[in-house]
Amino acid sequence: MDQTALKERIMGLVPDAEFLENKQFLTFVIPAEKMHDLAFKLKFETDLAFDFLFCLSGVDMVKFLEVVYHLESTANKHQLELKVRTADRENGAVDTVCDVWRTAEFHEREIYDLLGIRFNHHPDLRRLFLEEDWKGHPLRKDYVDEVNIVEL
Amino acid sequence: MNFSIYDFTSFNQWIDQFLRSVMSPFWAIAVEMVIIGLAILLFYALVGLFLVYAERKVCAFMQNRVGPNRVGPYGFFQTIADFIKLMLKELITIKNADQLLFNLAPFIIIIASFMAIAAIPFAKGLHAIDFDIGILYVIAVSSLGVVGILLAGWSSNSKYSLIGAMRSGAQIISYELSVGLSLLTIIILAGTMQFSAIVEGQANGWFIFKGHIPAFIAFVVFLISSTAETNRGPFDLAEAESELTAGFHTEYSGIKFAFFFLAEYMNMFIVASIAATVFLGGWMAFHVSGWNGFNHIMDFIPPFVWYIGKTFFVIWIMMWFKWTFPRLRIDQLLTLEWKYLLPINLVNILIMAFVVLMGWHF
Amino acid sequence: MKEVINLPVKNIEEEEYHINMGPQHPSTHGVLRLVVSLQGEIVKSLKPHCGYIHRGIEKMCEKDTYPQIIHLTDRMDYLSAHINNHAVCLLVEKALEVDVPERVKYIRTIVDELNRIASHQLWWCSFGMDMGGLTCFFYGLRDREKILDIFEESFGSRLLHSYYTPGGLMMDIHPNFQKGVKDFIKYFRKKIKDYDDLLTGNIIMQLRTKGVGIISKEDAISYGVTGPSGRASGFACDVRKHHPYGVYDKADFKEILGTAGDTFERYMMRMYEMRESMKILEQLIDNIPAGDYAAKMKAVIKLPAGEYFQRVEAARGELGVYVVSDGNKTPYRMKFRSPNFSNLSALDHISRGVKIADLVAIGGSLDYVIPDIDR
Repeated sequence: MDQTALKERIMGLVPDAEFLENKQFLTFVIPAEKMHDLAFKLKFETDLAFDFLFCLSGVDMVKFLEVVYHLESTANKHQLELKVRTADRENGAVDTVCDVWRTAEFHEREIYDLLGIRFNHHPDLRRLFLEEDWKGHPLRKDYVDEVNIVEL
Repeated sequence: MNFSIYDFTSFNQWIDQFLRSVMSPFWAIAVEMVIIGLAILLFYALVGLFLVYAERKVCAFMQNRVGPNRVGPYGFFQTIADFIKLMLKELITIKNADQLLFNLAPFIIIIASFMAIAAIPFAKGLHAIDFDIGILYVIAVSSLGVVGILLAGWSSNSKYSLIGAMRSGAQIISYELSVGLSLLTIIILAGTMQFSAIVEGQANGWFIFKGHIPAFIAFVVFLISSTAETNRGPFDLAEAESELTAGFHTEYSGIKFAFFFLAEYMNMFIVASIAATVFLGGWMAFHVSGWNGFNHIMDFIPPFVWYIGKTFFVIWIMMWFKWTFPRLRIDQLLTLEWKYLLPINLVNILIMAFVVLMGWHF
Repeated sequence: MKEVINLPVKNIEEEEYHINMGPQHPSTHGVLRLVVSLQGEIVKSLKPHCGYIHRGIEKMCEKDTYPQIIHLTDRMDYLSAHINNHAVCLLVEKALEVDVPERVKYIRTIVDELNRIASHQLWWCSFGMDMGGLTCFFYGLRDREKILDIFEESFGSRLLHSYYTPGGLMMDIHPNFQKGVKDFIKYFRKKIKDYDDLLTGNIIMQLRTKGVGIISKEDAISYGVTGPSGRASGFACDVRKHHPYGVYDKADFKEILGTAGDTFERYMMRMYEMRESMKILEQLIDNIPAGDYAAKMKAVIKLPAGEYFQRVEAARGELGVYVVSDGNKTPYRMKFRSPNFSNLSALDHISRGVKIADLVAIGGSLDYVIPDIDR
């Protein structure tokens, strides 16, 4: 499926998705509540078949938090980038996709640990790298740690 | 044919008579026991030190390395330096460990290997005690070591130690069978269990040659199963350092660890000397019946040299496969014993009995 | 009449217990902690605890300029340091639309492949050691030394090179480089047969690894198991083939796919890959074109606002670098998709129901580098 057809297809699945200009990937911003349904369709519909989630990142955009999904189809060889934005900074929550792509389990734990985005229905949402009693989420832009981070 | 200078029987008798002439029989026996004890202790320490050095050199040779070469000539005193280091190290006491058993375990292991060494003939007349059931005694005593391993693993209060001990329990009890049965094959051929008689019986050819194929099969089985019994080589599951850090002796330090370490090498020495004695003629020179001139020349080499030479040959084979093979898994280990070695052994005994019955051996 | 009190009967045989493999354990190759639930010797489940050497490289990157970031990437997967550098360099070059000279592309590809062989050699060492064959360790290290000598001669360091810079290379290769690589290939073609003789063909090793720790193709894709471990399951995930960078499109090499997906297949994939890497080296080493060793770059590198993604094939799998730039000289957000991190997530799935000894073998065949997991 070429880029325009794929774009049509995604827009057909989620009409209120926002298309972003990006040189490398087709990029869409998906409403948080529709992400999980879309994930299922992306993986299991044969013309899409995005079975490989090769990157899952969280970004602190100051006004809101963003989860970025990079997807590839091993059968159809096309790639896709999806973004999900949380409504606000403090109680950001997104549905987990680790029942669709198992690799998301660890990546979501990492994002929860370092950025504080909660993933609903995640089977084991604990901090991954830091201790359980760590205060704050280090990758946020407003995180201050005078003890462990040396300012240059 | 035998040279009397190499016969220690008269020498022993002379010491005995001398002691009895100066003191009462009770004290004479007491002094003899002390002398024997000291002699074995000294021998034990020397062999232990040398074997550790030898293993490090052999292992270095296998691995394209130089091995110890700093302390003394060719690094010969490296083990002495190591031993001093181990003596000086702190003995860590483990909280919640069973202190009595924890401290007892290394001694049990080392005593088991001590007792086995007593029955082994080093040369004609040079043995502490010559039982008429020598082989049975050695098998019985050498398997006491497993008690030490089990106690060490149990009393350490550590899961790694416990897993290691349980593995070695299963392993040693299984392989005990193969060791016993492979020796039984030769006992059928020799017709005796006395070590001195077994060695004398090989005056016209070693049992590994005399006993045709069954004797050779028994030798191979003995090598495999005795390696397993000493927790070495590809069968070192009880320690399995990449899985269980150090298995049953994870929690031991200092001189207590040194006991385990030394006992491993001594056990290797003991099984190697049993293999040398039973299959390769012990201190008996290499004889071919009929070639009298050749046999005479062979007799010039002292029996102790023959014995040590054969023992170290077997030890070298055991080191060789320790440093080449990866480790087996516990279920594969038990499969090897119960499904392969044991049936082979049983059939082998039947064949050997048949060979002896028909008089087909040399 | 006395009432009978029914005490809860615990079935000892079904009771699970936990052991901590790590943070200090010989088989985790670093400071990874695995909390393993065992029933006897059978692994029931397993929870990795990461973070013992988490240095916050992603956070550090937000304060550093792009040339500085390259030095940080060395420290992630230190065994494929060049390849990590390559990812960031390619990303910056792609963002700035810089054309790097052909010479640079050739040298980078060659050095990457050398790095891959060195990494696989070290993997072979440690895999042998995990299996209990200590001799492997010294054979592998002996041959790895040859590659490190080539690196040292040309780049001045042996492990953390930071040889690539955005737009080119730190310096030109040493005049002996080509000869050194050719000598190494000749040497290693002979020595890799030793590897097969010592470990691959060994019956104990085959018994220990065949049919152990199977991961199906679907699971491999779902868990994102990439690199040789993923290809062992039949997952065609070689970035060099599917999204070529450097001069991989000019080299003729095969992407070898396995079918079994067990520990032995993962082992074989890396053995094949060393040979394929040597094939690539042989094709490229004589054809390095003359030219500059770096393109002209601005003194201060600022990426245009936007987001960029670059994938490379590191020795352990796919390394992804995701950058969100706001137009400054430092990235706004930098994310590394490290191969080991995804491979580790599959460990629990793979190792359920195997024995402890198998767990060690599986861990060895997935080939972790812990700093890459923790970043």
